[in-house]
Amino acid sequence: MVIDGAELRAGVRDTLPLMLGVFPFGLAYGIFGQSVGLTSGETLLMSLTVFAGAAQFISLPMFAAGSGLMMIALTTLLINLRHLLMGASLVPYMEKLSMPWKAFLCFGMADETYAVTISRAQTLGYSRDYHLGSNATGYITWAISTVLGVMLGSHISNPLAWGLDFAMPATFLALLVPRLVDRTSLAVAAVATIVSVAAAVLIPGKWYIILACLAAVAVGAWMEGGELDEV
Amino acid sequence: MRSEVVLTILCMAAATYFTRFASPLLLNRTGVPRWLARLLKHVPTAMLTALIAPALLAPQGFVEISPANHYLIAGAVAAFMAYRRQPPAVTMGSGMAMMLILRMGGFGS
Repeated sequence: MVIDGAELRAGVRDTLPLMLGVFPFGLAYGIFGQSVGLTSGETLLMSLTVFAGAAQFISLPMFAAGSGLMMIALTTLLINLRHLLMGASLVPYMEKLSMPWKAFLCFGMADETYAVTISRAQTLGYSRDYHLGSNATGYITWAISTVLGVMLGSHISNPLAWGLDFAMPATFLALLVPRLVDRTSLAVAAVATIVSVAAAVLIPGKWYIILACLAAVAVGAWMEGGELDEV
Repeated sequence: MRSEVVLTILCMAAATYFTRFASPLLLNRTGVPRWLARLLKHVPTAMLTALIAPALLAPQGFVEISPANHYLIAGAVAAFMAYRRQPPAVTMGSGMAMMLILRMGGFGS
């Protein structure tokens, strides 16, 4: 098995700036984990095995409230349902990979690493080792920031209260805006905006992500449908 | 580490991994049908927007389009930089700087 070092480094390089948005969340997660009574080992184990920020955050008050295993696992499943769509959109690009590689690269799928990898796949073409570099960068950043949060614990105040939670939407803006190049993509973004904001305000939980995604991709496909059929 | 907590964490990990790997595993045999591929092409744009929009337009759980909404102002700065094709670090840096200025200045709050 040969890894293309240049592709790997390109994946790392393109993902690294986005880690500015991930780091404060890892720190905050490490701090909160301790404050709800998880041990350092348990807090870190979750980051290393689950590796999904939103689900990890939401589980913390549930652990604190003594919620059962089924309740916490089911909530995790629901919050992460968006991965089904993300994974499906990567399938055409990963077709040539062996099953172990698919299984391995899927483990590292997170909002940031997915966005970087698919942006590259849709422009310059898919590269396994670029994907690997992006995933590794996300995973290592999440692990290190969790460890720091656990170590610093109560010694520092919640970094998200300083306005650092803005780093995440800022990160995604840097990825989103260059994609808005035609009428279809603008319409997809407009529908996603309206549905996500309405659903986030009206429906409890994280349903807004998947609802907005489904509505927006349907509109995108419908708008392009006519054009494709003419070809 | 307590065994019931570890077991819960491992179930969370299994649930999460299922969501990540289910699509590639299931679609592997059948391939992606054309109508589905047409939908999936737009997933990145839709998902990024769905992650950003509520964070900027309704950061406190209600729609807030006003100068007092620091997330919206800082987001507008970052979006403008991205529109001007600045590199991601500049886009994020200018948005973050705006956020810190608004927070420290206490504008609108």
